[in-house]
Formats: sequence, structure tokens, C-alpha cells
Amino acid sequence: MSATEIQSPRSAKAPAAKVGSNRIAPQYRRNGSSKGNFEMLAWLFMRLSGVVLVVLIFGHLFVNLLVGEGIHAIDFGFVAGKWADPFWQIWDLAMLWLAMLHGTNGVRTIINDYAEKDATRLWLKIVLYAATTVIIILGTLVIFTFDPCPVVNGVQLPGGFCPAP
Amino acid sequence: MTAELAEPASKIELPAHIGGGGEIPSFDVTLRVRRYNPEVSEDATWDDFKVTMYGTDRVLDALHKIKWEMDGSVSFRRSCAHGVCGSDAMRINGRNRLACKTLLKDLDTSKPITVEPIKGLPVEKDLIVDMEPFFQSFREVMPFLINRGHEPTKERLQSAEDRERFDDTTKCILCAACTSSCPVFWTDGQYFGPAAIVNAHRFIFDSRDDAGDMRLEILNDKEGVWRCRTTFNCTEACPRGIQVTQAIAEVKQAILSRKI
Repeated sequence: MSATEIQSPRSAKAPAAKVGSNRIAPQYRRNGSSKGNFEMLAWLFMRLSGVVLVVLIFGHLFVNLLVGEGIHAIDFGFVAGKWADPFWQIWDLAMLWLAMLHGTNGVRTIINDYAEKDATRLWLKIVLYAATTVIIILGTLVIFTFDPCPVVNGVQLPGGFCPAP
Repeated sequence: MTAELAEPASKIELPAHIGGGGEIPSFDVTLRVRRYNPEVSEDATWDDFKVTMYGTDRVLDALHKIKWEMDGSVSFRRSCAHGVCGSDAMRINGRNRLACKTLLKDLDTSKPITVEPIKGLPVEKDLIVDMEPFFQSFREVMPFLINRGHEPTKERLQSAEDRERFDDTTKCILCAACTSSCPVFWTDGQYFGPAAIVNAHRFIFDSRDDAGDMRLEILNDKEGVWRCRTTFNCTEACPRGIQVTQAIAEVKQAILSRKI
């Protein structure tokens, strides 16, 4: 089919790219085209996770701060009680993951927009992704390995939420 | 050549017998022009020029007066001088405008009016920038009709509704006011920029064109439409009033609906 022979000048193999690239200042040259839909999926994720987070976060705030005794009810026991329920485990897990990925993606785009050198971009992103990984893993562990009755050397820690003996 | 001959026909003189209202108010205005000449210095400086202008004058008329009567080395581009060719986009009081469409009386003449080259493109001299990176992005979206059908013997017909679909984006004059107002483009100049997307939009939504998918694929690049942060700088900068941000959003939607 003849129409498929039309090549975008963006393709490095297209002769037009060579003509153009001699005249274009080197810092404006793009390093070839990127394959895949990562940026599209990241854009879509930001919008969808944003909508879901509004529900999750306001639900979280409502249950923690307004229902029953409200803010005065929050203590170790309150948190222990919530995390004994798989519903709140899943809720908090979803909130943690979505908020962290949403925030990380936002900071990633800020780095892309404001860092001018590739090396600066790389290092800022390494720090960002490392921090994100640590917080997501740590948070997930806390939600699923939470012990309402911590015992150290056979002694219950104060503030624990232990079943009556 | 006398100064009077060189002066453009900016002062409209009406004969007295027309009666009243013929007098066009004149005022003094200071233009603060960004000067850069790499043959003299690597540093750009500001030059102030005080000129007497008239209520009907535009920033371009003031620049003409400066160049023709005060300092012939002031450099800027302009061709038609009537808002059609798109040569004289510049940053006037911090906003991208066409010098030929900006009336001095609409600006605050009590303070110096700053005139700078558009941002994000390499300055060559004074108000002249290298437009090549801008045109390269424009070329990359293939801004021409691609039709895979048989060559028609007559014109390619289109309904009024189909024509209306992309009417807004046909108005682009490639002045680069939008692309050089985009903060994402300022950072590293890698982003395709609003102008390229507007011109892709013009063909993507043209019912006679068959290469919409190819253009969407090009703009699905990591430097494509997804770098748009919807700051609306481009829409505000466009001297033709194109709803640029909306056009970019429509291209995003088209890519999404094609992929999902």
C-alpha cells in the first residue's frame, strides 16, 4: 500500500530527518521516538486514581474524625480495631498504594518539567522511586503484619490491645 | 531620505472640514527592548527608547519608528504587518503577542513597555529567534492531506458539519506565540508544542484525511500530547483566538478512544 510508505520526519531513517536535523540546534533534537503507551497510561492513571482517592480519603476522614466520638476516639485501640477488619485493611491498602503512586507520578512529571539536565532528572527520579518503594513496602507490611498485642520478652507493651486472659 | 518619508502612515490626518474628532491623540511612550548581538557580547541587555506615538499606533509602529529614526541596528521580523503572516510574535509586557495586532493605547503607557523575543527558542539577534525547532515539530506531524482513496476528478467534497469539526484549528498562522508561551516547552524544547498539535488536529479531524491514526501515533510520544499540563498559556497567547488547549484535549481523547 503506497500510503504506508509515508514516513514521519521523526523517524531517524526518514531522509527528511537528516535534512531537518542539520539545521536544528542540537539541544532541540529528540532522541528518536518512544514506543509504547506509558505516558498515556500514566495520564489516565492520574485521573482515575484521583477520582478513587477522593472517595477513599473523604471516607477515611469521615469515619475517623466525625463518626461516633469523632477525633477523641482515635488511639492505638481504635487503629487496632479498624485493622482487625479486612474491609479497612483493603481500604487503607488501596489508599496507600493509590496515593503513593499518584503522588510519585505527579512528582515525576514535575521533575520532567523542571529539571533541565538529563543527569539531574535521573538522580531526582532515583531518589523519588527509592522513597516510594520504601514507603509502599513498609506501609503494606504495617497493614498486614499489624499486631494489636505486641509482646516483647514475654511482657506486654503498654497501650497494647490484648484479649482478656 | 527625510525622516518624514520614512515614517509609516501611522498618523491619520483628516482634513479640518470634516469637523472635530479628526485629531488623533498623541502620547510619549518608552519601549524597553531586549537587545542581543552575539557578535558584540554574549550578554543580552535592555535598551530604552522614548517615542511619541499616536492612538492608532501599534507596538510594531513604535518598533518601526525606533529602527527607522533612532537605531537602525534594532532587529525584528515582520512581513505583512497585519496579523496574517505570523512573523512578528514577541513577548510584549511579558505576554506573547503579535506586535502588529497590539495597540499601544491598550497597554499601560505610563510605564516602559517591555519587548522581548519569544521564549524557549534560541535567540539569533535582538527579537529574532531561530524558528527551526518549532518548524521541525510542525513537519513531524505531517501537516498535509493524506488520502488513500482514488484521486478524484473533481474537488474532494465535504459536508458543512465535517468542515466545522476542525474549523478552529485551520486558523493557525504558525507565529509560535503558543509554543513559546508553554512552560513545558521552555524547559528543554523537547515537547512537540501546542502549534504542532493544533496543526495535527486540523488533519486528524478532517473527514477527507486518512492518516489520522499515524498522526495520533506520533503524538502519543513521550514528548507528545501527554506533556500538556493544561495551563492554558497557549490559548491565551494565540493571536487568532484558537482554543488551543481544547484542541490538545481533543487529540488526547482521540488517542485514548483509539487505544482503549
